[in-house]
Amino acid sequence: MEFFRIKRDIPFMSWGKYTTTISLITFILSVFFLASKGLNLGVDFTGGTVMEVGYSQTADLNRVRDVVVKLGMGDASVQNFGTSRDVLIRLPTKPEMSSARLSETVLSALKQDDSTVEMRRVEFVGPQVGKELVESGALALLFVSFGIVAYLAIRFEWKFGLAGIIANLHDVVIILGFFAFFQWEFSLTVLAAILAILGYSVNESVVIFDRIRENFRKMRKATVAQTIDNAITRTMSRTIITHGSTQMVVVSMLLFGGEALHYFALALTIGILFGIYSSVLVASPIIMLLGVTREDLVKPEKKKEETEALP
Amino acid sequence: MNRYPFWKYLIILVSVLLGLLYTLPNFFGESPAVQVSPLRSAVKVDTVLLQRVEDALKKANLAPSGMFLEAGGIKARFADTDMQLKAKDELQAALGTNYVVALNLLPNSPQWLTSIRALPMYLGLDLRGGVHFMLQVDMKGALTKALDRHSADIRGSLREQKIQYTGLDKEGSQITVKFRDTESRSKAETEINKTYIDLTLRQRDEGGEFLLTATLKEEAQKRIQDSAVQQNITTLRNRVNELGVAEPIIQQAGADRVLVQLPGVQDTAKAKDILGRTATLEVRMVDEERDVESALRGQIPFGAELHTERGGGPILIKKQVVLTGDRINDAKAGFDSNNQPAVHIDLDNNGSRIFKQLTRDNVGKRMAILLIEKNLVEVVTAPVIREEIGGGRVQISGRMTSEEARDVALLLRAGALAAPMDIIEERTVGPSLGADNISRGFNSTLYGFLAVAVFMSIYYLAFGCISVVALGVNLLLLIGLLSILQASLTLPGMAAIALTLGMAIDANVLINERIRDELRNGISPQAAINAGYERAFGTILDSNITTLISGLALFAFGTGPVRGFAVVLCLGILTSMFSAVMVSRGMVNLMYGSRRKLDKVPIGQVWKPANDKR
Repeated sequence: MEFFRIKRDIPFMSWGKYTTTISLITFILSVFFLASKGLNLGVDFTGGTVMEVGYSQTADLNRVRDVVVKLGMGDASVQNFGTSRDVLIRLPTKPEMSSARLSETVLSALKQDDSTVEMRRVEFVGPQVGKELVESGALALLFVSFGIVAYLAIRFEWKFGLAGIIANLHDVVIILGFFAFFQWEFSLTVLAAILAILGYSVNESVVIFDRIRENFRKMRKATVAQTIDNAITRTMSRTIITHGSTQMVVVSMLLFGGEALHYFALALTIGILFGIYSSVLVASPIIMLLGVTREDLVKPEKKKEETEALP
Repeated sequence: MNRYPFWKYLIILVSVLLGLLYTLPNFFGESPAVQVSPLRSAVKVDTVLLQRVEDALKKANLAPSGMFLEAGGIKARFADTDMQLKAKDELQAALGTNYVVALNLLPNSPQWLTSIRALPMYLGLDLRGGVHFMLQVDMKGALTKALDRHSADIRGSLREQKIQYTGLDKEGSQITVKFRDTESRSKAETEINKTYIDLTLRQRDEGGEFLLTATLKEEAQKRIQDSAVQQNITTLRNRVNELGVAEPIIQQAGADRVLVQLPGVQDTAKAKDILGRTATLEVRMVDEERDVESALRGQIPFGAELHTERGGGPILIKKQVVLTGDRINDAKAGFDSNNQPAVHIDLDNNGSRIFKQLTRDNVGKRMAILLIEKNLVEVVTAPVIREEIGGGRVQISGRMTSEEARDVALLLRAGALAAPMDIIEERTVGPSLGADNISRGFNSTLYGFLAVAVFMSIYYLAFGCISVVALGVNLLLLIGLLSILQASLTLPGMAAIALTLGMAIDANVLINERIRDELRNGISPQAAINAGYERAFGTILDSNITTLISGLALFAFGTGPVRGFAVVLCLGILTSMFSAVMVSRGMVNLMYGSRRKLDKVPIGQVWKPANDKR
């Protein structure tokens, strides 16, 4: 079986104008939503208490809400989580009450109301810890970005490093844009997914860059655009198949992973889809834009051969 | 061309066998068990204890399905959790408070596996259920406490040396001692300098009074804070032991934080209560010379505090602390001569001496025993001293329930916290959610794997099947590695297993596509296989390194569950490099490498463009 029967190289580079426009629009929209709506940060980052409780039958959210309001926590949010029997209660931090007491108080009040309730999970994050998690998350993002640029720069050339990271940070911004637009909860695991995707998507650019380098050596007569077109066309089948198989696993996570892995898998899905797009249609035009030449890649190789040839 | 030397096959074989061996324990599951270990290391674990445990279980008609005597204690395995819970209660009653009886899970794998340290993966709290706390030590509180201790000690020293002083005050971070003349001040200064090396002294004259101020030295502050964290960890460990938790984790995390993980704890309320309590005991004298009435009107006399006696009226207590909870050797709950619940306290040598002197000097006066919790001071009892009390045995009984007596005894026994602590992060996972999480993670991995396997074997035929086997080996090695390392596996960790499978197949797709490419260019099958593997390797390395960079960053900056994700991601990349490149190549070489004439590579249809000019 062979999905891709491409006769001629697809002129990706001549589409540069359109793809750049599309990227720019999605990027600007993402930034706009991030700025206007903001991320729906989870308890990991904002601090506060989240409780998940399970009932033996369908939970009556209004009754749960009443119980919580009666405790003087009117600003708490109560919603279903995954199934209709599971309820998620979000409690803002109360300075006058210790966290430990807070969740116990709520749970015992709920137990009085309905004895079948069962504690599934309590998460409390102090405001200070939340701030630290935001900081370390940002640091991790920075570290990954620099690490990848540095690696690509050593392995290829600085232009490739820059193009690779711009393409992939563009993915990150778009994932964040989705989370802002739909107000999906942004938690620590989502952040982990984004960083993993950042590393994974760069693969794609690496594969294409690798081919570009090879082509520069082989296709001496072709223009830079033709060289890149050929590299993309010839790696496309692989690109789509690998992303497809990774996506299969992620879909399995979406279906069977439950609520806890839902947003994690969602972030991965968006990341994978935009990863294909960006490495093909964002990274490569950027290298063109940065003015990559055959000499950038082929020359150093020659020098190496010369030095090796010396006795 | 496509042949491996024997040693390469051997490496593959050995690693697969090792992977199989260390993955094996995960299939046996775990069964409920009870673990008995002595509270103090001085108590020996021997066959005598084993006999006692056996007898106690026999008496209760509980037959364990297995009993083990180990260096740290005795473990008894049971058929179900009902029996386990019953056995725990029976054993605790039979063995008394000198032993910790904790619920635990024991792997069901055969003995020979356990003896080569092949254990099931260590499940994180979100999978097995339990409590995770991050506690922050109040460093200012530690200093305040140290200063309190110093001011009490200075007072004692000055009195002992018969140096006259008119007042001693603690304000903020300094102690001020007032004197009538410079002579006694300089005498005091030499004395304090001699005994208290942690203090910096400064002289000051103010309104005809001669003052001597003492502050803690910088390095002393640091030392006090460090030791406060250490002592808190010790205290927490003692308290957790009292709770009866198997395999608790209590460790320092950062300069002023302590991480506590209690796997499998069901009664989280109790755990939180006992951990968070900062109860300490203080013995002070009751101020009987001054008027309680005027104090009630707001004129609290200097050097005294107004408190309420438990079940009684207001009472004036001197600020000076005579004895603190640090001097306690042991505390037990029991009953007094009137059959009221009481706490029996055993003081250490120093404490006994102080207490003896105190009671001798103050016969007929009242002393107060205070329980201090979170700045909440409670006078448990304020008895009149009838006679000198020697031997260091003190009994507190003051209108408490036996439950309260037990808790107070536990807290006093486990020691006081050197500084107050706050819970700044808590993650509690109930056992039912833990089990759900395991099945979710497992199903995600299983169906993801199946989907990829089906696709690969259809799309690449024989080479696809080889890739799937390599992927299976990858999974095996990854789980084996996680089992060997005993790194804690969390739900994100399980997601990472699934994700690395999806990413690992990338390498095989890359190789297979490359082989097809080479075939398309008209190279002979054997050469195409060789070229495919050789050329794809550089790309595989590149792409894995970038993912590894992400993994390392997540490990370095992540906490808790994210770190679990990072560990699995990094390990998965390493195992996938090995399995996708070496194992699949090994299989290909074994199957096709020796064929002299290979007409066709079974890698699915290779389509060639009709007008291919290159």
